[in-house]
Amino acid sequence: MRELSLNVLDIAQNSVSANASLIEIELSENTSDKELLISVSDNGKGMTPEQVENVRDPFFTTRTTRKVGMGIPLFRFAAEMTGGRLEIESEVGVGTRVRAYFKTDHLDFTPVGDMTSTMISLITMNLHIDFVYKRKLDDKQFTVDTRQLKEILGDVPLNEQSIAMWIQQYINENSKQLTEV
Amino acid sequence: MKTLEELMALRDAAKANMTTRDDSSEVIRIVVGMATCGIAAGARPVMAKFVDEAAKRGLKNVTVAQTGCIGMCRFEPIAEVLVPGKEKVTYVQLTEEKVAKIVADHIVNGVPVTEYTIGAVTE
Repeated sequence: MRELSLNVLDIAQNSVSANASLIEIELSENTSDKELLISVSDNGKGMTPEQVENVRDPFFTTRTTRKVGMGIPLFRFAAEMTGGRLEIESEVGVGTRVRAYFKTDHLDFTPVGDMTSTMISLITMNLHIDFVYKRKLDDKQFTVDTRQLKEILGDVPLNEQSIAMWIQQYINENSKQLTEV
Repeated sequence: MKTLEELMALRDAAKANMTTRDDSSEVIRIVVGMATCGIAAGARPVMAKFVDEAAKRGLKNVTVAQTGCIGMCRFEPIAEVLVPGKEKVTYVQLTEEKVAKIVADHIVNGVPVTEYTIGAVTE
């Protein structure tokens, strides 16, 4: 993957497939430790300890169209390349949390890239799922929660063009503000 | 800065504009493969382009959806266009430029872009 935001999109698709009704995505960067944490957690159907072991293996997949599942291995590889790591916590009937830690000053650190596009794809293509997107940079942070947006919107869907555009600009402006001193 | 008040105004405008969708039997479905293979090959901007082009042209009878791995990973990004009453058309190795042409020729004018289909590529 050329940017980590694509890995996030891919990992979040697993949460969609796990029938989650709430998916929380957090990117938290600590500039003094030079560490980035990317966390994707859901309240989907969860996995057994055996399945958790298996998803680390590229030749394990729940898919039936072919016999390899590369999502978690690719994400794990992107983290480990920088001296970081990947952790999976999961419980059947409760949900799954995938956390990847990256060393941002490592030569092999993949740029985060366009997280806004990832969030817009997820939000507009999965109207029945709620998303919480949290971005932290040291002590600053912002959060978008589609439950709050849906409360305002009533029966106007999040994928209505003008609404999707507003969400896109809202995330962009807030992300930009986070990085400005 | 974007404010929630602005969102409320957009909601009211959208409500006023909401026309009843055409009969669901007339809806053209575009389905984009968004599994690991599709995403790695560039499905995210391809899907966004379909949505943008449909919105820009005010196409109310088009829905864009996503699916998992279609099983032909080396041809990703892949999209299927399903026009009611017509045979499914599978487009492969898509780019934003190809998407623009597919929307103009196939979705709007009803003429599939044969050169971008799976049949043309595997010949």
